[in-house]
Amino acid sequence: MRDQPEQQAPPVQRLRIRYAKRGRLRFTSHRDFSRAFERAIFRARVPMAYSSGFNPHPRISYAGAAPTGAASEAEYLEIALAEVVDPAVIRTRLEEALPDGLDVIDVVQSPGGALADLLQGSHWLIDLDADPATTHDAVAAFLAADAVSVERMTKKGLREFDCRAAVVALSAVDRPAGARLDLVLRHGVPAVRPDDVLSGLASVAGLDPAGAPLLTRLAQGPLDESTGTVGDPLSS
Amino acid sequence: MSAPASAPESGPESGPESVFPRLEPRLPSVSKPIQYVGGELNSTVKDWDCATDGPTVRWALMYPDAYEVGLPNQGVQILYEVLNERDWIVAERTYSVWPDLEKVMREEAIPQFTVDGHRPIRAFDVFGLSFSTELGYTNMLNALDLAGIPIHAADRTDDDPIVIAGGHAAFNPEPIADFLDAAVLGDGEEVVLAISEVVRDWKVEDCPGGRDELLRRLAVSGNIYVPRFYDVAYAADGTIEAVVPNRPGIPFRVRKHTLMDLDAWPYPAKPLVPLAETVHERFSVEIFRGCTRGCRFCQAGMITRPVRERSIETIGDMVENGIRRSGFEEVGLLSLSSADHTEIGDVAKGLADRYDGSNVSLSLPSTRVDAFNITLANEFSRNGRRSGLTFAPEGGSERMRKVINKMVTEEDLIRTVAAAYSHGWRQVKLYFMCGLPTETDDDVLAIAELAKKVIAKGREVSGRNDIRCTVSIGGFVPKPHTPFQWAAQLDHETTDERLKKLRDTVREDKRFGRAIGFRYHDGKPGIIEGLLSRGDRRVGRVIEEVWRDGGRFDGWSEHFSYDRWVGSSEKALAGTGVDLAWFTTRERDYDEVLPWDHLDSGLDKDWLWADWEDALAAADGADVEVEDCRWTPCYDCGVCPEMGTEIQIGPTGQRLLPLSVV
Repeated sequence: MRDQPEQQAPPVQRLRIRYAKRGRLRFTSHRDFSRAFERAIFRARVPMAYSSGFNPHPRISYAGAAPTGAASEAEYLEIALAEVVDPAVIRTRLEEALPDGLDVIDVVQSPGGALADLLQGSHWLIDLDADPATTHDAVAAFLAADAVSVERMTKKGLREFDCRAAVVALSAVDRPAGARLDLVLRHGVPAVRPDDVLSGLASVAGLDPAGAPLLTRLAQGPLDESTGTVGDPLSS
Repeated sequence: MSAPASAPESGPESGPESVFPRLEPRLPSVSKPIQYVGGELNSTVKDWDCATDGPTVRWALMYPDAYEVGLPNQGVQILYEVLNERDWIVAERTYSVWPDLEKVMREEAIPQFTVDGHRPIRAFDVFGLSFSTELGYTNMLNALDLAGIPIHAADRTDDDPIVIAGGHAAFNPEPIADFLDAAVLGDGEEVVLAISEVVRDWKVEDCPGGRDELLRRLAVSGNIYVPRFYDVAYAADGTIEAVVPNRPGIPFRVRKHTLMDLDAWPYPAKPLVPLAETVHERFSVEIFRGCTRGCRFCQAGMITRPVRERSIETIGDMVENGIRRSGFEEVGLLSLSSADHTEIGDVAKGLADRYDGSNVSLSLPSTRVDAFNITLANEFSRNGRRSGLTFAPEGGSERMRKVINKMVTEEDLIRTVAAAYSHGWRQVKLYFMCGLPTETDDDVLAIAELAKKVIAKGREVSGRNDIRCTVSIGGFVPKPHTPFQWAAQLDHETTDERLKKLRDTVREDKRFGRAIGFRYHDGKPGIIEGLLSRGDRRVGRVIEEVWRDGGRFDGWSEHFSYDRWVGSSEKALAGTGVDLAWFTTRERDYDEVLPWDHLDSGLDKDWLWADWEDALAAADGADVEVEDCRWTPCYDCGVCPEMGTEIQIGPTGQRLLPLSVV
């Protein structure tokens, strides 16, 4: 008989990491990213804490990943370490070990608690190939509505839900070739995503941009309901 | 730190325009878009005019299958790296696009592109395709067509790249001769550089004589096969009468290329690390090339001779470098029969010691039953799981194993699995083939008996009932340059019948049936692989017909259509007097000119024939065995004297030293 594997030592330090998905690597899916990140921590020789069992895994907690195809400046995860290290050193090593386009922005020591609890809202920019005036009108109509019902195919089948209540702030700004939406979304259940808001704009005001919109998450963190702003989850 | 959403597409600064700006807006609508964006760790994007002195030579390298299969391919990774190390060569990679992206590309007129610089394939000097299997032929036609390159070599102009095939399937490139400008037999490392030099010299001279002259130079000086310089004449019975050069200076036979001293070529040194999930998520080191076990069905073992080992020190260095640069924690020690390395015990122990206590795990694919030992297996599972062991007896009966010259006795196998089960393994996988020459129903049913004995022995030695044995069966396809190149392939109806009988026999068994897993495929794809393996130039029309009818990704069961291949064969071969059966289920005679006879793998055709006769004699009970020339005297297969090569093996007597921690 084979012996049971020995128990792994508990973590001695937890680090929170903010990273970006940029340019062509915005097509990295969450699964792709987690595989790439696990290889990067091995290359970077980060002294990870591992889970126990026959097939130990490095302890990594992901939170609030952006959908495949969306760029992001504000993705977060937390890693547990077997040794105490300087977060700045880990940042440099990880930055070297990850491909360009998956870029580490910040590494800080975790004060404890759940990272996911701090990710209450997101600030998005959505670039559209649409007429600016039409976009302005659509935004006004959307904001005037109490509720905007949209449908989306989920793992559990086609679901219908309201996408209006989760919108904390929405405005349209012009850009050289089309329009840009500036959107703050509250995280909740069911999760309302930027493309749900686009579906809502289509159903309320018939906004129908050409081609695929470019989504960019600028920030993700604690939500200030009074100002409609998204804070930094690593500074709290 | 770059600005939000700015593309880190470190793309072309000169040369043809990147197609990425046109591709990008459509990527959200296709499945797994990450496979088309490039940017893998250790990938290279060079300036289009990177040569500091004289012209730049540019290669587009393709593995003609989906990215998830093509990216891990060692051959392409090695050539990509070897070429890009030269400051006057640009090499980029391209893979087959799935039908959803193909539709978008046809709508938007986006040409076949490289994933590195997203440059159009047609802009390169050389378009090199690596064929591990013949089932990529339709994908080649699709890539050419998407690239805007005429699919027939005869229709290409000086604006088109030279289309070159390599890989094991290129040892009989005749079925795709009409679509190729050239083919290379054997190891690619040195010859791709030689080809590049010929191309450079020709460009320095301002391309005299156009592509025809370039091809002539390659054929005359480079030992490169250029199909258009050979005429094929057919006899009234449909067989080949002769294949002869049609212009002066072209050699009658084209020889394979053999790389000696693998220690001098430790590639891949910069392993590509994909973001997308691929079929092999590990770092592999080829511990030796070639195999002289003499299994008669095995084309790889015949065409890669002689055996050339990497030394224990090079292997150790390559493993350390590879995992540090890739981040892969699983290491595969690759070869055709890995446990046969002269120092495999020291390699295994040295690596296991080195990475003890880490999560680096080692695997040893292609282990022979008779070369397996528990010490070795323990070293390989020291850091990992004892998930399963795989052996390949290939033939179910002792008679069958003698026919194929895979001299593994039942006692060997039972002893080996007993050792494995008693040391904690719970699962053993066994590979067999169906459709081998002289095979009968009884030979196939013997697989069931063997599997039952394996389970019985496993239960006995482990004292447990939860042990399992999985039987995997592949259909045998006779391949060129092997002793079975003359054999009749078994028709798919009989293959399927035999497999059904075997399955029923296993299922009916109350004591063992549930402990035996059974995996197999139907016999139809094997027949098409057989057509493409042993076909001649007339088969090109079939491939073209299938592609025009929508055939793609023939290696994928969900895309493969047997009916389409049958229909296209009937249409394309009408009036030739030959058909699908003629190419597959027909036995050949000694006198027949085989389509690949002018392509020299080094093997003496008379030796192959004698070995084929020995196989038939063994089938009737004769006791003949070809031993391995690695340990026993040369048996005159012809390769070493013909090619001027020799066996390169250890032992070196060296040991791997522990690595100092950095």
